[in-house]
Amino acid sequence: MRGRRVAGPIDMTRGRGAGGPHGSRESVLVAPGDDLGDSKELEPGHGVIVVDGRLKAVKQGRMTKDGKNVGIQPRRTAYVPRPSDLVIGFVEGMTNNIWFIDIGAPFNAILPLSLGPSKASFGGLRSVLDVGDAILCRIQEVEENHSSVATMKGMGLRKLKTGSVESVDPHLLGRVIGSKGANLSELKEKTDTRIIVADNARVWIDGDVEGIISARAELGAMMMKAKISEYRGDV
Amino acid sequence: MGGYGDVQMIDDKGLRMDGRKPSECRPIEIETGVVPVADGSARVRWGLNDVIAAVYGPMEAHPRKIQRQDRAVLDVRYNMAPFSTTDRIRPGFNRRSREISKVTAEALESVVMLELYPRSKIRVEIEVLCAEAGTRCAGITAASAALAHAGIPMTDLVVSVASGKVNGVVVCDLNKEEDNYGEADLPMGILPNSGELVFLQMDGDLSQEDFKIAWDYNMEAASHIHEIMARALKGGDA
Repeated sequence: MRGRRVAGPIDMTRGRGAGGPHGSRESVLVAPGDDLGDSKELEPGHGVIVVDGRLKAVKQGRMTKDGKNVGIQPRRTAYVPRPSDLVIGFVEGMTNNIWFIDIGAPFNAILPLSLGPSKASFGGLRSVLDVGDAILCRIQEVEENHSSVATMKGMGLRKLKTGSVESVDPHLLGRVIGSKGANLSELKEKTDTRIIVADNARVWIDGDVEGIISARAELGAMMMKAKISEYRGDV
Repeated sequence: MGGYGDVQMIDDKGLRMDGRKPSECRPIEIETGVVPVADGSARVRWGLNDVIAAVYGPMEAHPRKIQRQDRAVLDVRYNMAPFSTTDRIRPGFNRRSREISKVTAEALESVVMLELYPRSKIRVEIEVLCAEAGTRCAGITAASAALAHAGIPMTDLVVSVASGKVNGVVVCDLNKEEDNYGEADLPMGILPNSGELVFLQMDGDLSQEDFKIAWDYNMEAASHIHEIMARALKGGDA
């Protein structure tokens, strides 16, 4: 590990976005191990490390250069929770005072009784949130060993009692939202539904049945279109 | 490595049974995204070899006793389909597949940045659909492409290729007959960008000079295969 500086975990902050740096001026496709330039002139961003004074790609994707910062927008990526992420989770289990929430990450998040949606007695968690319930929560804390703590204390954080939850590919989340939320607003207006896009690539769609069905179809078509354009290389 | 020295596998012109020059590789094709349900996948068609690798994870490592607090564990399973060779292979794991799974995991561990995913597991499944010779090399190459395709951070790709000795001549990328009746086999796992070695095995006897030639052939082939692999990774998938 001598001479290696890992830039990934340091730069994978909310400010820079899960998909790496944005606002790129030039972009080129790279594979792991590709040389990206001299570290004296450039700074490593997401998915880039410095080895012996040279910048090296560690992920497959699109290299983006924003001023001196060189990063990689990965083509595929798993969801890794970060503090303050809005996520849609499913209750997977519970103890006397903790719920275990599947947030689509490698590890389940925990939701302590004190951060739950309403007052529940010790041992009576099932009456508030049962196994299989969908919830809208926020990631409060992520430890170094990937354990994360979720919270339901906050505006709009609640149990999702109606509607449908869809999963999309994390790396295509940007396509669902669009530039300044354009695609998402269009989808909402077209299908007359309420939609919440969570950071863990889960989408909650609520409205009447026809609206939900058409929104799901539109979402599927959007994903397919994104994948086809990716295949053609015109991302 | 049958030691059948009388089997003529190099003709008077110095060409091999399939018409290749000693330094030439079999045709190779790499494709990514062949298993849509996997997090990353790749297919390598190398001569008559057909190998698919699929990557799942990072995920929570189970059982918990295999978890490492400071890094992820790489769970590699190499398996040959029962129909992959002319003689039916009994399904399931055997000594050979266990050995290849282990050496593949060790080769890949040197490039995958496991320290970024403590307590996790990355599952790599390598399935050989059709085997000619050099399936471990095709498997490592496919697994490396699949890991990159899954977005797992890696310091470099791994390209694996074997050279050997047939009728006293060092040749690159052995085919089935050369592998069975040749005198030696030297599979290597190479990091194409740095030229470092992450995997080396040798079967049979090679003199120092022959070893150097085989080494050079492997290095040259690795850079050629790396180009194909990088093109496949940069080309995209559906």
